[in-house]
Amino acid sequence: MSHEAHPQVGHVVPLSTLFAVLGTLLVMTFVTVAVSWFDFGRFNLWIALGIAVFKASLVLLFFMHLKYDKPMNAIVIIISMALVMLFIAITLTDTAQYEPERIPGYAPSIKTNPK
Amino acid sequence: MSHEATPHLQHHFETPEQQFDAGKLGIWLFLATEILLFGGLFCAYAIYRANHPEIFLYAHQFLDKVLGGTNTVILLCSSLTMAWAVRASQLGQRKLLITLLSLTLLGGFGFMGIKYVEYKAKWEHGLLPGTHFAPHEEAANDSPPGEGVKPPAHGKRPSNVQIFFGIYFLMTGLHGIHVLAGMGAITWILVRSARGEFGPDYFTPVDFVGLYWHLVDLIWIFLFPLLYLVS
Amino acid sequence: MTPKDHYLNHTSGFASWAFTLDHKRIGVMYLVATLGSFLLGGLAALAVRTELISRGPTIMDADTYNKMFTLHGAVMVFLFIIPSIPAALGNFVLPLMLGAKDVAFPRLNLMSFWLWVIGALFCIGAVISGGVDTGWTFYTPYSTTTNTNVIATTLGVFILGFSSIFTGLNFIVTIHKLRPLGMTWFKMPLFLWSLYGTALIQVLATPVLGITLLLLIAERALGIGIFDPALGGDPVLFQHFFWFYSHPAVYIMILPAMGIISEVISIHSRKHIFGYRFIALSSIAIAAFGFLVWGHHMFVSGQSGMANAIFSALTFSVAIPSAIKVFNWLATLYKGNIHLTTAMIYALMFIITFGIGGLTGLHLGALAVDVHLHDTYFVVAHFHYVMFGGTVIALLAGLHHWWPKMFGVMIDERLGRIAAFFIFVGFNTTFFTQFVMGSHGMPRRYYDYLPQFTVYHRISTIGSYVMAAGFFLIAYYLLRSLFRGQAAPMNPYGGNSLEWHTASPPPFDNFTTTPKAEDPYDYDRLVPDEVNGGYRSLTYEGVGTR
Repeated sequence: MSHEAHPQVGHVVPLSTLFAVLGTLLVMTFVTVAVSWFDFGRFNLWIALGIAVFKASLVLLFFMHLKYDKPMNAIVIIISMALVMLFIAITLTDTAQYEPERIPGYAPSIKTNPK
Repeated sequence: MSHEATPHLQHHFETPEQQFDAGKLGIWLFLATEILLFGGLFCAYAIYRANHPEIFLYAHQFLDKVLGGTNTVILLCSSLTMAWAVRASQLGQRKLLITLLSLTLLGGFGFMGIKYVEYKAKWEHGLLPGTHFAPHEEAANDSPPGEGVKPPAHGKRPSNVQIFFGIYFLMTGLHGIHVLAGMGAITWILVRSARGEFGPDYFTPVDFVGLYWHLVDLIWIFLFPLLYLVS
Repeated sequence: MTPKDHYLNHTSGFASWAFTLDHKRIGVMYLVATLGSFLLGGLAALAVRTELISRGPTIMDADTYNKMFTLHGAVMVFLFIIPSIPAALGNFVLPLMLGAKDVAFPRLNLMSFWLWVIGALFCIGAVISGGVDTGWTFYTPYSTTTNTNVIATTLGVFILGFSSIFTGLNFIVTIHKLRPLGMTWFKMPLFLWSLYGTALIQVLATPVLGITLLLLIAERALGIGIFDPALGGDPVLFQHFFWFYSHPAVYIMILPAMGIISEVISIHSRKHIFGYRFIALSSIAIAAFGFLVWGHHMFVSGQSGMANAIFSALTFSVAIPSAIKVFNWLATLYKGNIHLTTAMIYALMFIITFGIGGLTGLHLGALAVDVHLHDTYFVVAHFHYVMFGGTVIALLAGLHHWWPKMFGVMIDERLGRIAAFFIFVGFNTTFFTQFVMGSHGMPRRYYDYLPQFTVYHRISTIGSYVMAAGFFLIAYYLLRSLFRGQAAPMNPYGGNSLEWHTASPPPFDNFTTTPKAEDPYDYDRLVPDEVNGGYRSLTYEGVGTR
């Protein structure tokens, strides 16, 4: 029995949208691997992250229907990601200051470190 | 509002919309907690990579990009089948729903299978975290089928390479546990779908398990370039 | 006056409580559980203070002492303070204040409770099988190398974290989605604003504790060296991870307490709360700013000078919203018709003791001063003034304020006042002395001390016994009220939030007819009820009678 009933609540994503998103995601995966063969210096990480963010946005907006949902759900996710970025940023700033003072390669319990 | 017309409406909600919206907000809050959980690991990654890039540059070569890339494709496709499955449940397409959930589950198995191959190879080559790091020097030279370990192109091994493997196993391990949990949840939904429990008037469990599965995919979208494609 | 059928007697038997989906019963179970933990943590505190009454060994050896203060800290923080107000009072009152039948996810609520129980069992098990001696903060590398039961304890705390997360999640969704028609955000009682701010922190911060503990367990069990320098790791990183949760956690502890004070001060002085919007928004501000200051626990840890300066500056900013609340409470009291009920006495006590606690936080937030005060008794006194003088005092205020609603009985006000006196005198004796001691250099967590500190320790220990006496008196008269208390009217103190417009105790489904929400602080709608005692509402006649 497969009558095309419609749900009372929620939004139904069109199939064409789902396939288009997958297609884009696969293309971007290929791009991200291809880009890793080249060296853009300090931008390598940011390009990789940028592509990942783009792919993540597609998953969030379409597969996870944030585009069709109430905005509160998107706000929840954005706040959590912002908090993670804040945590990383401040901790990175701090460690970057004192890390250079650490003894390089110090790890007496690791037997396999090169002498 | 009679309960025969809305058998799924719980007593403390006024309307199905309110119940649906509440459930959605709830699951998104849960996903937010997962992001913060993994956020800690991404922070550890960021700290060590920023301060010891040579470790990451050297050690990531022991990871197989082909396997990692395949896993990425598998998860992306399984996200499609999952999103499609949610659509099928919303439209009352029971047989399609069962098929799609099964395919998603299959994707999960595929992912974990490849993970097993990767972990096994690490174990065999002694590429383990922390105090267990004991690389077999021949790992630099032989290339067993399916796990191409190339000789590192960047010269001498830096010290504290075990840090990379610590982070690698923690991140992929925690992610793997979440994949397994997701597979468990999908199995449960599959059983309920087979029993005909879902349709246009009640599909929220499929929707919510779907959201969880997409999160698992989301995390991998970041893990793949950060661990496998360091350049 | 007491209704025949209410949530406590509507069904009976162990299963009707163990598998209940009723938020009121879950709240009561949490109350019993958290107060039991308070007893356990309190006994550990008495043991610690007794040991410190004299120099050298008094009743235990040094290792046992380390385990005892760890037990005190871990039990009090994770088993008592973090859950108590939100999960016990919050669970009971929140749906009632919203005119709702339950929280958004009743089954999740029950799961939160059982997760608490399981987490508690892990922690108690760890204590019984030898204990932990790392301090409740589990700093590495000691915690990764000591041979005490770190893994069992951290697993217990990890599970407790999920209990906290699910409670927070439930509250956020309930407040967003189950508000009645007409109750916009700025018409909610302030206790709900504070619970909302708390819930935000619970949901956002606790997972970071979760990953921190998982990493600690991985380091101990699997030798994965993220935090141990001997393994190439960074111990300061552990502190960043740990305090990223644990600082916001202290706002989980204090925000609901502040919410209670807003309610009690307004109702028991029969005066509309002053500065409603400021208090409401300051709850959110505290939650937000609370995420920006964690490094002030790490000023002498090896954290960089730049981070030290930034965190010190930000720490001063987080005091501002708290101060805003205090000024608004004082303005509410001004020209109010103050009824010195036991609840009000505790609320007034809060302003004094939390005030001291909060102000001394500024001493510690000042970077140069903290270098001298870090790890001294000054810190211990500061956080006891805010956690005890703040949260516990507010919990007592809330307990006395809502006890008639929860159990349908009135409390003996005379005994209440006597106990409050003991608590106030005992508390300040115990902890004010510690400010002095700490500023003279007495380090914390020390088993032994120099002769010049003996007199302070003696005074402090005596104070702790006086406090304990106060608590035993409270336990006595609260329990006695359950059996012999005078029946409580629907609205003994004349509140206008919705929980006061249903019977005491409420029926199992909260309201016979759901009242329409109006301004919760408008006391002109209430007049004394000559027939039933307490107050009755001019708006709702006959509401809550069955």
